[in-house]
Amino acid sequence: MEFDFAAEQPKFLMLMYGLIAFVAVVGGLLLLLDVVPTWFARRREAQLVAAVAAGGPIPRRRKPREGAFAFFFLLPTLLFLTIGLVVPAIRTTLLSFMDSGSTEWVGLDNYAWMFDEDSIVRVLINTLIWVLLVPLAASAFGLIYAVLVDKARFESAAKSLVFLPMAISFVGAAIIWKFIYAYRGDEQEQIGLLNQIVVSLGGEPKQWLLESPLNTFLLIVIMVWIQAGFAMVVLSAAIKAIPADIIEAARLDGTTAWQMFWQITMPSIRPALIVVVVTISIATLKVFDIVRTATNGNYDTNVIATEMYNQAFRYGENGQGSALAVFLFVLVLPLVIYQIRNLRKQREG
Amino acid sequence: MTTATPTVGAGVQATGPTTRAARVRKRLNSRTATLVSIVLALLWTIPTFGLFVSSFRPEDQIKTTGWWTFFRDPQFTLQNYQDVLFSSGSSGQLASYFINSLAITIPSVLFPIAFASLAAYALAWINFKGRDWLYIGIFALQIVPLQMALVPLLRFFSTGVTLGGVQILPAWDLVDEQKFAQVWFAHTCFALPFAVYLLHNFISQLPGDLMEAARVDGATHPKIFRTIVLPLITPALAAIGIFQFLWVWNDLLVALIFAGGGDETAPLTVRLAELAGTRGNEWQRLTAGAFVSIVVPLIVFLSLQRYFVRGLLAGSVKG
Repeated sequence: MEFDFAAEQPKFLMLMYGLIAFVAVVGGLLLLLDVVPTWFARRREAQLVAAVAAGGPIPRRRKPREGAFAFFFLLPTLLFLTIGLVVPAIRTTLLSFMDSGSTEWVGLDNYAWMFDEDSIVRVLINTLIWVLLVPLAASAFGLIYAVLVDKARFESAAKSLVFLPMAISFVGAAIIWKFIYAYRGDEQEQIGLLNQIVVSLGGEPKQWLLESPLNTFLLIVIMVWIQAGFAMVVLSAAIKAIPADIIEAARLDGTTAWQMFWQITMPSIRPALIVVVVTISIATLKVFDIVRTATNGNYDTNVIATEMYNQAFRYGENGQGSALAVFLFVLVLPLVIYQIRNLRKQREG
Repeated sequence: MTTATPTVGAGVQATGPTTRAARVRKRLNSRTATLVSIVLALLWTIPTFGLFVSSFRPEDQIKTTGWWTFFRDPQFTLQNYQDVLFSSGSSGQLASYFINSLAITIPSVLFPIAFASLAAYALAWINFKGRDWLYIGIFALQIVPLQMALVPLLRFFSTGVTLGGVQILPAWDLVDEQKFAQVWFAHTCFALPFAVYLLHNFISQLPGDLMEAARVDGATHPKIFRTIVLPLITPALAAIGIFQFLWVWNDLLVALIFAGGGDETAPLTVRLAELAGTRGNEWQRLTAGAFVSIVVPLIVFLSLQRYFVRGLLAGSVKG
């Protein structure tokens, strides 16, 4: 066995440092906030006692320092958010108007490039296909499954199986499905399930992931496979929340299953359905791992997030990479605003 | 299946036949539904199952025959796992990356949750000026995709902060396993808006009388936070902990940029993506490797699914 555990020790040491830092920061903060005010309170008590003993006037009580507490409670969060999100987001926006080395202003060149370059237009089209198909397919399957499973036995086991891909990383999922799409020459035995099915139906085996535009759709299948479980769980919870007496009343009226679905189930779960569609859309817009692992963006399968990574971190084109990031932000923006407004409305209603 | 139920006039006798018909229909209904939903669930599981079976087959078998032939001619081996976990260099060495994944994930879960619960408490129960605006600001940060932060944050680590030619903060200059700190930092930043939002939802719904009583007894905010709030929000902490755990363990992008690709820091996902790219036909390694990376989240997920689902239902706008 060539594996050397001794070589791994520095990592554990580093992890320990991290944990010590965690205890020190969080524990220290709480301790500090606990000890200091107590000390002040003691001193004030002593002052009071002294004042009473001396027969003098009782010193007036100062206002409790709420603001100071709030400041220290919020300090770590605000620090991290400023350094890690707010300032970088502003800088990225600025960088998108500069050249690749971030030295000179180039105006809207990077944005013009996005729509001029054929390969980038392809990227935008692919992203559009993703964001149209994935939410639709995943929500549709999730909805059908949620309705079906509601009446089925072994409900929780069946749900767990469909929900399972949620726990699998996009990288793992991409490998799982690459194995299904695997190809061997047509005189050999196939090892990929898809080609095996095609061959047994009398077809020719294909190199699925090399064939544009089919390959984009095959990658989309992976995302749908993952997200359908999420849709199913949320929608199933919504279906369960429909009041039993409404369903009972409808049943007594002799409503058919079909009518029941369109007239009772659908209107009741509409808010949940919207949340699901929007959430999946946002996740789909940012999809990166699947494309990178399965095809690395080759054979016309690239999407915005992978292209952004390539531009900024492989080709050193910071301006163009930033422009793509900003474009992604602009695409996500209306969806998230809609989502947030919805959630608030639900919470109030 | 939709036998029209005769609408008999009101009365007791109406319930007899209707319910019997309904019962029969319901049973039929539920039988088809059960069948279809089980078939679909199995269909959904086949891809993972195929990978799982393959990972235990000898190399020459995986590469020449489909995994479904395993049941005709079962040949079982653990060699793939042995190779992919412990052999050195290009063929895997995943044990090393597995440790990296652990070292990245644990602090990346603890830090944001602790910070977010402190912040959420302050935003919910401490009165100060501008509180609502601050909450809305943090809440709104959820819309920033992390792609917006990558380039400048990497520069922050590698070159520090200069303002007008003056170096304000030095570069971090981390080497090898020290780079874990960068990944922890990045994950903490990206997790905070969602974590604060979710925990605020929980904490603000705690009964106000409880806090009031504690204040009257002279308890300070840290004391209330520790002794009253923390025990009450454990389910929420568990939910968001699982969420964050799965997110960090399964993440590729953040690790790729802030951890680098070496075996000192890169997590499993980075290594697997690399293997899939350079050794796309070495299925004996890819199948076993993928399963190694899947198994931990799978265990966490299956044992704590209840909490995870609760977290999902509470809100799902992770940026």
